[in-house]
Amino acid sequence: MSGAHAAADPYRIGHYGGSHQYTAEHAGGGLVSKRIITGYGFWIFLLSDIIMFSAFFAAYAVLVNATADGPSGRDLFDLGNVALETAFLLLSSFTCGIASIGAQRRRRGWFYIAMTVTFLFGLGFVLLEAREFASMNAAGYGPSRSAFLSAFFTLVGCHGLHVSAGLLWLLTMMAQVFAKGFRADILRRILCFSLFWHALDIIWVGLFTVVYLMGAGQ
Amino acid sequence: MLLGKLTWDAIPLNQPIPLVAAGVVGVVIVAVLIWVTVKGYVPYLWKEWITSVDHKRIGVMYCVLALVMLVRGFIDAIMMRSQQAIAFHAQGYLPPEHFNQIFSAHGTLMIFFVAMPFVIGLMNFAVPLQLGARDVAFPTLNSVGFWLTATGALLVNISLVVGEFARTGWLPFPPLSELKYSPGVGVDYYLWSLLISGVGTLVAGINLVTTVLKIHAPGMTYLRMPMFCWTTLASNLLIVAAFPVLTATLVMLTLDRYLGFHFFTNEAGGNMMMFMNLIWIWGHPEVYILILPCFGVYSEVVSTFSHKPLFGYRSMVMATMVICLLSFMVWLHHFFTMGAGADVNAVFGITSAIIAVPTGVKIFNWLFTMYGGRVTFSVPMLWAIAFMVTFVIGGMTGVLLAVPPADFLLHNSLFLVAHFHNVIIGGVLFGAFAGYEYWFPKAFGFKLHEGLGKASFWCWVVGFYVAWMPGYVLGLEGMTRRMQHYDVPEWRPWLIVAEGGAVIILAGIVLQVAQIFVSIRQRAALRDEIGDPWDGRSLEWATPSPPPAFNYAVLPTIEGEEPYWDIKQLARERLTLRDEPAYGDIEMPRNSPTGFVSAFFATFLGFAMIWHIWWLAGLAAFGAFATFVVFAWRDEDEYIIPADEVARIDRANRSARSAVLKRLAAMQVAQ
Repeated sequence: MSGAHAAADPYRIGHYGGSHQYTAEHAGGGLVSKRIITGYGFWIFLLSDIIMFSAFFAAYAVLVNATADGPSGRDLFDLGNVALETAFLLLSSFTCGIASIGAQRRRRGWFYIAMTVTFLFGLGFVLLEAREFASMNAAGYGPSRSAFLSAFFTLVGCHGLHVSAGLLWLLTMMAQVFAKGFRADILRRILCFSLFWHALDIIWVGLFTVVYLMGAGQ
Repeated sequence: MLLGKLTWDAIPLNQPIPLVAAGVVGVVIVAVLIWVTVKGYVPYLWKEWITSVDHKRIGVMYCVLALVMLVRGFIDAIMMRSQQAIAFHAQGYLPPEHFNQIFSAHGTLMIFFVAMPFVIGLMNFAVPLQLGARDVAFPTLNSVGFWLTATGALLVNISLVVGEFARTGWLPFPPLSELKYSPGVGVDYYLWSLLISGVGTLVAGINLVTTVLKIHAPGMTYLRMPMFCWTTLASNLLIVAAFPVLTATLVMLTLDRYLGFHFFTNEAGGNMMMFMNLIWIWGHPEVYILILPCFGVYSEVVSTFSHKPLFGYRSMVMATMVICLLSFMVWLHHFFTMGAGADVNAVFGITSAIIAVPTGVKIFNWLFTMYGGRVTFSVPMLWAIAFMVTFVIGGMTGVLLAVPPADFLLHNSLFLVAHFHNVIIGGVLFGAFAGYEYWFPKAFGFKLHEGLGKASFWCWVVGFYVAWMPGYVLGLEGMTRRMQHYDVPEWRPWLIVAEGGAVIILAGIVLQVAQIFVSIRQRAALRDEIGDPWDGRSLEWATPSPPPAFNYAVLPTIEGEEPYWDIKQLARERLTLRDEPAYGDIEMPRNSPTGFVSAFFATFLGFAMIWHIWWLAGLAAFGAFATFVVFAWRDEDEYIIPADEVARIDRANRSARSAVLKRLAAMQVAQ
C-alpha cells in the first residue's frame, strides 16, 4: 500500500490488531462435515418453523377472549383427552429416540420396531385430535363460530398437520432404510426427522400450557 | 364443477389494455420458446441452467428473473404516472378497478419479484466465491428455492390474462381484502403467489445462513469475511426470522377467505389491526433484508474502486448486526395512527430514529474509505456515490416520518410514497445495479459496455430525482397515495414533472437493454482475460471469469482480511505466481430437475387453489411430494471432476495471469 493511503487511514481503525500480520486465529475456518452442515441447516429451519408457530400463538393470545358470545376454552376443553394426547406424543418422542440409537448402531430390527411404535403413537395423537375437532364441529363450535375458535383451530391444527406430515416422513424413512440401508445420506435424514419430531413435542408443551391448561383454568 | 370458478368470463375480453398487454407478453414468450427450440438450445438450457444446482448459475437466473420483472413493474409505474398526469378533473385512461390492480401489482412485483430475487441472486452468486467455497450448503434446495420464486412471479403474471389481480395494495389490508369486500380471485392470486414464493425465499435464507456460518475455506474466520458476506448473513437471518411470520399471516387471511375463519373480519371478534401488526413484523425487517445486501455491495465496490481496504471493517460488522437486531423493534411506526397511545408511539418513534445511527456509521465508513484513495469512477462506483447522496436524503425523510406527530400529518400521503421510493430505488436498486455491473464480468467473462452504462446511470439518477422529489412536495400539499383522479390544480404541475421523470427512467432502462446487446456483440474487446477486471481485493477475483463449476482448483488458505490482495501484491513484488499446487479430484453435486419439477407442480397447486379446482390441487400436491420421494431415492448425488481436468482449467488461468506479470516485468525493465 502506498504512503498516501497510509496517511488517509493511519491507524487502520476497525481492523483486527492493526494488521493481518498479527492475526493468529485460525479457528472457525476449517472444513465442516456434511452431517454437521445438514443438521445445522435443519436446526435453522426448525427455528423458522417455531417462529411461524409464534405468530399463530400471538394471534391466539390476541383473540382468546373474542368469543363472540360463543363458548370459551373452559366450556370446550376436555383435559382428559388432552392428557392422553400429551402422553402419546411424549412417548412417541421416546421411541423416536430409541429408533435413532437403532439407526446409529445399524440395527434394522430395532429401528423398524421403534419407528413403528412411534408411528402408532403419532397416529393415535392425530386421531384423538381429529376426534376433538370433529366433536366441536358437530356441536356447532367450528372455526367460523368466533375469532377465538378460528385461532384455536389454526394453532392446534397447524401442529396436527405437522405431526401428520411427520408421519408421512416417518413411513418414507422406513421405506428408505428398507430399500437403501443405513447409508450416510439416509442417516442424515433420520437425524433431521428425529429433530423434527422432538421439536413438535416442544411446540406441544407450549400449546398444551397456553391453550389447554390456561384455557380450562380460566 | 370440474374447473371450479374458472370460466370464459375470466379472460378480460372487454378490456383492451390488459388484453393487449397480455397479448404482447404472450407473443414474446412464444417467440422466445420457438427461437430456443429452432436453434436447438433446449437440451443446453435444460442441462446447463434449468436443472443446474451450481450457485453461480442459480444466482444468474435469479438476476434475470429480477430484470425481466423490473420491466413489467416499470410498465405498471409509467402507466400510473401517466394516469395521474392526465386525470385532473377527468377519469384518465385507466378505470378505477384497473388502476387499483396496477398499483397493487406494481408494489408486489417490485418488492417480491424484482428487489428480492435481485439481492438473493447477487448473494447466491458472490458469497460462496468470496468465502473460498465450492458451493452453497444445500445446492438442490437452492434450485428449489429459485424455481418456487419463479412460480410466484408466474402466477402474478397469469393474473393479467386469467381473472384479475388484487386491488388492495401491495399488502392486502383487511377488511378490504376479506371475501366480503374483495369477492374476486385477485387477492387469491396475491396470496398463493406469495405463499409459494415465500417458501422459496425461506429455503434460500436457510441455505445462505448455513453457507456463511459453516462453509469456508481454511482460515476464513468470521472476522476475515468480506463485508458482503456479513451483510448476507444479517439479511438471511432476517429472512429466517421474518418470512415465517409473513407466511403465517397470509395463511390466516387465506383461511378467512376460503373457510370462513374470523381472524381479521369485522364480524365474530375478528381483529383487523392484528393483521397490521403481524404483516409489519415481517414488513419492516423485509426492507432491511433488501437493503443490507446492497450495503454489502457498496462496501465491496467503494473499497475496490478507491483502491483501499474498507475503512472501519469491524465497526461496519457491528453496524450491520445492530441494524439486523433493531429492524425487529420498529414495526409499529408503519401505523402510528392506529391509536396505540403516546407512550407506545414514542417508544417506536425513538427506536426508528436510532436505526439512523448504525446507518450513519456505514455512510461515514464509505466516505472515509474514499478519503485519500485513488477513486476510479467506473459504473459500479458511480452507482455507489449516487446511492450515498440519495440514501441520505431518503434516510432524513425517514427520520422525519419516525416522529409520530409529523407522521400523523404525512401518513399515507405522497410524502411517504416518495420516502420509500427514495430509499428503495436509491438504496436497493442502485445497489443491485452496482452489483450487477461489478460482478457481470465475473459471471460471463466480459465487462459491460462502459459508455452505455454511464449513460443509463445518468438517466436513472436524474430520472429518479425528477420523478420523486415532486412526491415530497405533493405529500406536503396534502395529496394522498393511490389516487385514480383528483381536482386540486396545485398538484397538477408536479405530477406532470413526475411523469417526465418516469420517461427519463425509461430512457435509462432502454440504455440498459442496449448495453446488454452491445456488450454481447463486443465481448471480444470487453473480454476479462485473467478474472480480475477491477483490480479487486476479495477472493472471487482469484478465480477465472467465468469461474469453473468447482470455483477453486485448490481451496485457498486464508491468512488475512484481504487474502486475494495479499496474494496479488506478493505476485507483483516477485513478478511470479506461487508454485503450481498439487491438483486432486473434485466431487461436485449432480444436477437435478427436482427444483423445476416441484415448481411445475406448485404452479398448478397455486392456480388450482385460486380457482377452487380442488381435484387438481390434490393432484399437484401429490406430484410435489412424489418429486421429493424420487429425489430422495437417487443413489448418486455427486460426480467427480478428474484432477487432469482441474489442472487444465487452472493452468489456463495461471498462464493468463503469468502473461500479465511478464508484461509488468518488461515494463519495469524498460523503466
